[in-house]
Amino acid sequence: MAAADETASRPSRWYIPYLLLAPGLLWLIFFFIVPLVSLGGLSFKDGGLSNYSKAFSDNSDVIIRTFVFAGIATIIDVLLAYPLAYFIAMRGGKYKNVLLALVVLPFFTTYLVRTLAWKILLYDGGPVVDTFQAVGLMGPDQGLLGTNVGVIGALVYNFLPFMVLPIYVSLEKLDRRLLEAASDLYASPTRAFRKITFRLSLPGLFAGTLLTFIPAAGDFVNAELLGSDRQTMIGNIIERNFAKEFFRPELSALSFMLMALILGGVLLYARILGTEELV
Amino acid sequence: MATTTAPPTSRVAAAPPEGGQPENPAILGHGGPPPWLRKLGRVGLATFSILTLVYLFVPIFVVVAFSFNKPKGKYNYIWNEFSLDGWTDPFKYPELRDALFTSLKVATVVTLIATILGTLMALAMVKYRFKGQGILGVLLVLPLTLPEVVLGFSLLTMFVSVNVDRGFLTIVIAQVMFSVSYVAMTVRARIRGFDWRLEEASMDLGASPLRTFRKITLPLIAPGLMAAALLTFALSLDDFIITYLNSGSSQTFPINIWITKKSRIPVQINVFATAILVFCVVVALLGVVINNRRLKRLGADFSSTDS
Repeated sequence: MAAADETASRPSRWYIPYLLLAPGLLWLIFFFIVPLVSLGGLSFKDGGLSNYSKAFSDNSDVIIRTFVFAGIATIIDVLLAYPLAYFIAMRGGKYKNVLLALVVLPFFTTYLVRTLAWKILLYDGGPVVDTFQAVGLMGPDQGLLGTNVGVIGALVYNFLPFMVLPIYVSLEKLDRRLLEAASDLYASPTRAFRKITFRLSLPGLFAGTLLTFIPAAGDFVNAELLGSDRQTMIGNIIERNFAKEFFRPELSALSFMLMALILGGVLLYARILGTEELV
Repeated sequence: MATTTAPPTSRVAAAPPEGGQPENPAILGHGGPPPWLRKLGRVGLATFSILTLVYLFVPIFVVVAFSFNKPKGKYNYIWNEFSLDGWTDPFKYPELRDALFTSLKVATVVTLIATILGTLMALAMVKYRFKGQGILGVLLVLPLTLPEVVLGFSLLTMFVSVNVDRGFLTIVIAQVMFSVSYVAMTVRARIRGFDWRLEEASMDLGASPLRTFRKITLPLIAPGLMAAALLTFALSLDDFIITYLNSGSSQTFPINIWITKKSRIPVQINVFATAILVFCVVVALLGVVINNRRLKRLGADFSSTDS
């Protein structure tokens, strides 16, 4: 490529890319890497590893709940997003871009206000509760605010586009001639889907899962606005204590643990799906 | 944004299976569900997709509709009656108004800084090869794959430990941190595969580096740059978690909602959210129109040189 020629023909100007990178890179080093390292250091202050065991034993319910909530929300998002992304990519025709824009559009409203809208919808006596009660899904004295269903439902909603977009991108890139070939070679549509479409959409599914699970696991807005004390997540613990106790090592340990668990999960998940083709 | 990236070739590639599939089973007669079941599947898929889209829009409809509500108490949670109060008196709460203006100011500054820094990084990655490119890629993705609370909290502990007062400046620092990655990756994706020899040609023909940048480089990267800037502006207006943790006593629009949510949820919140939505949609549409015009003009240029 041209890039290679350039570096070859002008060896004296090797520093130019570094010059271009420097400002952004320095910003990331000073305000991303350094803080993370210092948070890691702080989490071992005074008690060392015991900070972690204390942070875990004090909050074990919350930690487990956080990952269960985020996990369920992610699975539901896959189930909603895959058909939608497939529909847009394969059947969208000339309306593809319009449909995609429709997926993204709701997310130009402020996150907090969007979540407050769910409070309006899920209010006792609101449309959703009324319908559920009429159908018999819920008893007359039951509500949705302050329940797991309400919080998980809002998590599902808030991160759905992050699942749709990457799956769409991988399906859109798919070479349709492969499907024709499969059909010519006597594969049934179901088999062709399993062996070709689904396989080739795995990178999108992988990216979508991360983009959904990670913000869901770190969220505190949904649990605070729509939940009660029984829906507290790790983020809520950090949010409630950050202003007065930022130097308490257990809080640093808790947030570092959240990050470590997520990174561990990502690596494991990448291993299961087969990393090479994904990154 | 994503809406304009569909490559033109995909339509061509998509055409054969649509025309070819129905006749294949007839000719070859191999297994698979009968036609009526396949049709049912198609209709089912379309219905499911439309319902999912509706689900995406229900809360937005609520946000807009409740900006016309006249709530009975301080909380705009239950529909009472139609009213234009919120729209005729949008700045009823001075703190909420100030918070909105702070948000706009932050978003402007963040967009400027992040777009410049991110675009420079993208140019370096696309035009040059250098050591550490792989590590750089990881470093750019990492801020987007870590939970916001962790990013925000780690920045906060650093600011506190070096005694930096939190406020406008720390909010900007925090937002630029994650925006740079978005910009670098968006612009990189959009300017990959351009013919950068045009720059050399321009210089060889005697143009100064500045003129070359203005006449060649900038027009080439402009659409990607605009898309990235738009995205950054929208993300900045919307960001809550990282911003909140590093805001000190400064308040952006979302922070003001969060802090006052226990004492009131006024209609004005919905009015502002609706206005932001409309603004973003209009700007995005304008972007699409301008880009289409540009493409058309380029097309005209090519056809005029052909004939």
